[in-house]
Amino acid sequence: METMDARTEDRTESFLAHVQSGGLVETGDWMPDEYRKRLTKFIEMHANSELMGVLPERDWILRAPTLQRKLALTAKIQDEVGHAQLLYRVVEDLGKPREVCLDDLIAGKSKFHNVFHYPTRTWGDVGVIAWLVDAAAIISQKALLKCSYAPYARIMRKICWEESFHILHGRDVILTLVTGTDAQRELVQEALDRWWAPLMMFHGNPIPAEDDPMVRWRIKSQPNEEARQQFLEGYVPQVWELGLTLPDPKLRRGDDGVWAYTEPDWNELMAVVSGHGPASQERLAFRRLSRTEVDWVARTVLAEAA
Amino acid sequence: MPSVYEVFRRERPGAAMQHAGSIAAPDERFAEIYAREQYGRRGESDALWLVPRDAVQEIDDFVDEFDLKYRRVDGYSLKERLKEARELAGSSRRDEPGTP
Repeated sequence: METMDARTEDRTESFLAHVQSGGLVETGDWMPDEYRKRLTKFIEMHANSELMGVLPERDWILRAPTLQRKLALTAKIQDEVGHAQLLYRVVEDLGKPREVCLDDLIAGKSKFHNVFHYPTRTWGDVGVIAWLVDAAAIISQKALLKCSYAPYARIMRKICWEESFHILHGRDVILTLVTGTDAQRELVQEALDRWWAPLMMFHGNPIPAEDDPMVRWRIKSQPNEEARQQFLEGYVPQVWELGLTLPDPKLRRGDDGVWAYTEPDWNELMAVVSGHGPASQERLAFRRLSRTEVDWVARTVLAEAA
Repeated sequence: MPSVYEVFRRERPGAAMQHAGSIAAPDERFAEIYAREQYGRRGESDALWLVPRDAVQEIDDFVDEFDLKYRRVDGYSLKERLKEARELAGSSRRDEPGTP
């Protein structure tokens, strides 16, 4: 028993050295339990977010202003569900079946991203989500192309490619609205005012890289604050150039290129992602309902195939 | 239980099939539908291969027990020998062949 432990310890050490020096891991490779657990939890949360992320947009399929917009929005939703399928596959190969992931999600045992816990009140929200939420997401996702777990990194390439269509769709919606009537312009501004706080929380509270176990295992390589700075650097000027404003008087680019901003309420972030956001329970209830409603389809299909 | 299919895709005619990812499907009909949707709906693939995961035979150990260097690029150390050959040839290398 003692020798086994020493052996596992040695293997863990060399695994850590392997991933830290840029080495990659494949599904069948030996990996320490901690690595497998953290990786599974992380990818599962990503999958959950893709799946739950379609619900705020789904509310607007029937209310889309034109047929073209309705089709584009539906296509985006299909993309996101497809991402969830691919990601749950990766999780499944790590040992956690998709069915268990879906059960844990509706039981509130696993998390999904903060931005999907908020309601979508107007068509302006749809534009802001597709443009800025997807922009914030693509920054994290691009950094994940360097993840030490190669099957996840490979799927991320496909996901990033598809997300770029969403940003185009979002920008198109926003540009149409800001070049429209005053009421349309106000719609965007009002949505932006509501979405700014959740967007600033999106990348998480700043954790020094040396204290972050996710960075240690090279599951993540980009510190949270770096992702947020990249988002601000890329998108605040794009918002401002449209004559729109952001509800943060402290928001300003320093001479050193670092953006200053009002510290987000990290307690709110924790509360929201643990199921206490304004739309958390409604979304989970809907997810529960669809799981129950389509259960017979899964059973029939599997029975037929058997 | 659904079974897993590995999906390979060819980006354009003439290119090699490349592993794209995997899908889980109850049978081959569903596997085809899922693969078309996941890997072909934007015209990003010219062809797909679906292979049941169980049918994939993997080999991932390539032990060179007898150190067969002559099969590898690093098995030929031309640099030193070329230097030696040039030295042997001496000044004649700069002169036209046949000059006294």
